Amino acid sequence: MSSATPSAGGAAVSLEHVSKRFGPPGGALVVNDLSLEIGAGEVCVLVGPSGCGKTTTMRMINRLVEPTAGRITIDGDDVAGLPAVELRRRIGYVIQQVGLFPHLTVAENVGVVPRLLRWPDAQIRSRVNELLALVGLEPGDFGARYPAALSGGERQRVGVARALAADPPVMLLDEPFGAVDPIRRERLQNEFLRLQAQVRKTVVFVTHDVDEAIKMGDRIAILAPGGVLAQVDTPDAILAAPASRFVEHFVGADRGLKRLSLARVRDLTLGAPLTARLRDAAPALRQRLAAGGVEYALLLDDQDRPLGWIGAAELTDDRLLGEADATPGSPLLQPETTLRDALSVMLGSAVQLGVVVDERDRVLGLISVDAISAVIQASPPGQLPGA
Amino acid sequence: MRPEEEFIRWDWLARNLDMLAFRLGEHMLITLVAVVVGFAIAFPVALLIYRRRRLIGPILGLAGALYVIPSLALFGLLIPITGISLLTAEIALVSYTLLILVRNTLIGLDGVSPEVLDAADGLGLSAHQRLWRVELPLAVPLIVTGLRLATVTTIGLVAVTALIGQGGLGFVILTLGIDRFFATAIYAGSLLSVLLAVVADLGFVWLQRRLTPWSRAQVA
Amino acid sequence: MEFIGEVAAWFGDPAHWAGRDGIPVRLLEHVELSGAALLAGLLIAVPIGLVIGHTGRGALVAISIANIGRALPSVGVLGMVLPLTLRAGWGLGLVPTLIALTVLAIPPVVSNLHTGLREVDRDLVEAGRGMGMSGPQLLWRVELPIALPVALAGVRTAAVQVIATATIGAILSTGGLGRYIIDGIAAQNQPKMVAGALLVMLLALASEGLFAGLQRLARPPGLRASDARVPAASAA
Repeated sequence: MSSATPSAGGAAVSLEHVSKRFGPPGGALVVNDLSLEIGAGEVCVLVGPSGCGKTTTMRMINRLVEPTAGRITIDGDDVAGLPAVELRRRIGYVIQQVGLFPHLTVAENVGVVPRLLRWPDAQIRSRVNELLALVGLEPGDFGARYPAALSGGERQRVGVARALAADPPVMLLDEPFGAVDPIRRERLQNEFLRLQAQVRKTVVFVTHDVDEAIKMGDRIAILAPGGVLAQVDTPDAILAAPASRFVEHFVGADRGLKRLSLARVRDLTLGAPLTARLRDAAPALRQRLAAGGVEYALLLDDQDRPLGWIGAAELTDDRLLGEADATPGSPLLQPETTLRDALSVMLGSAVQLGVVVDERDRVLGLISVDAISAVIQASPPGQLPGA
Repeated sequence: MRPEEEFIRWDWLARNLDMLAFRLGEHMLITLVAVVVGFAIAFPVALLIYRRRRLIGPILGLAGALYVIPSLALFGLLIPITGISLLTAEIALVSYTLLILVRNTLIGLDGVSPEVLDAADGLGLSAHQRLWRVELPLAVPLIVTGLRLATVTTIGLVAVTALIGQGGLGFVILTLGIDRFFATAIYAGSLLSVLLAVVADLGFVWLQRRLTPWSRAQVA
Repeated sequence: MEFIGEVAAWFGDPAHWAGRDGIPVRLLEHVELSGAALLAGLLIAVPIGLVIGHTGRGALVAISIANIGRALPSVGVLGMVLPLTLRAGWGLGLVPTLIALTVLAIPPVVSNLHTGLREVDRDLVEAGRGMGMSGPQLLWRVELPIALPVALAGVRTAAVQVIATATIGAILSTGGLGRYIIDGIAAQNQPKMVAGALLVMLLALASEGLFAGLQRLARPPGLRASDARVPAASAA
């Protein structure tokens, strides 16, 4: 179980005719005869309105709730066969409010499960540092801090690191990004997808937000009130062909637009902007703009990060270019940003070009609204690039 | 006390520093025993009723009833059984700490956020591990507050035990002071007792701060 | 077993119900003394508590009073008052005891009244102010009704403290039920001592019951039941 980097690979999870009732027999079923196969390394999103039993279903996988009927297996082994405590140490668990232990430092929080599994101290230490770096928190800075000193987004990341610590093959996430503001939520979602691309764990993700489900899931399982499975399939298939009135209503009337959220910026060919750097000479730039037949150049700083646009019309004298010359206006997009989010952001801004940057905010290229429209027009249902 | 005498006899104080120190030490010891024994009883009881909530009513009710009984009355009830002795005094003192200690420990444990408990369960801590590694450490502030209150209360009560022949500063206040109409002793004893209580109070505040470094963290 | 019989016999003896040392007399002495001290204490403590609690100023004073009140040994207070009253020529017995009891009653009442008023939801106060209520009106109509249960808890604590110390007051030759206990110890008359103890205990429990009932009545309907606080000062 202990490796230098998070190992690739998850375990297959199978729910067979699982039901749950709280209260005496004859009462209402919260989960009703649910059967679901989740492949190894797949992100399966459980989504539905409140009261549909999605969280209960997830909690039956790690036996925080015991099923009333049915069987759940991981890689073929019945989860009821192991002592619950042991089972849970092999499953990563992230909840909405995170639940970091306030009296432990960040490092101690992340190291909880390895410590339970009695890993040697040195190994725990290196694993904790590795994981903190993985979720984007500088170990030297954050390791010794207490949860009370962290922002909401930072706490979420520690929660994810903590769940990954013992390298479990299965991860359960219950609305993990729900308690964070929308801007940070998007960042966290993107980072999670980046992570998952590396570690390829089996992830069961619960959310009430159908857009989040579409963005995050390899497959989506839509649950109806009463704990009934309404449809399970890939996001594009569900959007293209909802199985029932309920599903159609739940995914929303804008499902055409939603399909746009299945393709990502990285699926497009990026345009190359004409770039200039700080302390370049203005006249030289004016010449290059004229030569390229382009109105605007993108000013970059010394780390290749975009500062804004400079128009040919502003380059009236001989000065060296400084930060004040650039007009910021392009929203920054990441390769994982969905086409739909990119479109929405670009439509709303002054400069309708999207600058695409990597995780350190360095420029990768440009996309335009036209480029996105071209993509929609070119793809029949079920065949969006990247879907 | 004749009006022409000086009110506080400083010379007496100077001559009796040793005795006062001795009685102060005695007072501290009696307090220490009471609080330690009280905690030794209260802590497991609190853990018990933390799990079995139905017991909360009867146990807190009993502790509460004990707490209300005036100490002199409690002595009176105990003397036929345990005589006029230190044991009687300690039994009474211990019973007065029980309500505070049990209640505070319970409130401390109840105060742990449900999501922290859920995370603990989900990560794979057993019930035992959850109690000792998560719930109790987080309950420490309230437990220490309980110890602080119990200690300060007990310090005030120890003086009364002089009525049944025990020592401590009560001896100074009562036997050397009130019985002999000697103001200096009365004031010396009382003020030393207050001083002791204040020092104990501050000591516990310091202890609590030391034990909970995480409560002072703030978002940078 | 036999001992219980002796105690019962003590209660049964009609001589113990008559005269200056009889149960009714001692009980009345105790109740009167406690009641008077409590009342006097309230007369002093309530105005102070109201001012500190309503304005929020002098919180340091309130906290210090509460702390000292907790730390003072009741015997000490009795003892410290004695020389002063002797000098003033007010004698032994009733006066010093009454003064000491009054002093002891003050801290819990001030402390709880202050806390109770401070804990009133600020939004409610703002709403009241917004409606045009003046300071005293706010106090009377908004803050006090909400703070009443907590304030009554303070009075309850003070009452027990007073009853308990009045018991000890017997050492200053005051009357009251404490006489039975003190005299019983001195004369090695255990049935008398236990009888006295039982009576005091019953009185204390009765007081608790009375004030607990008042507290419950005072809770404005619709407000969630607040936890009764651990008494700030001890039963002596």
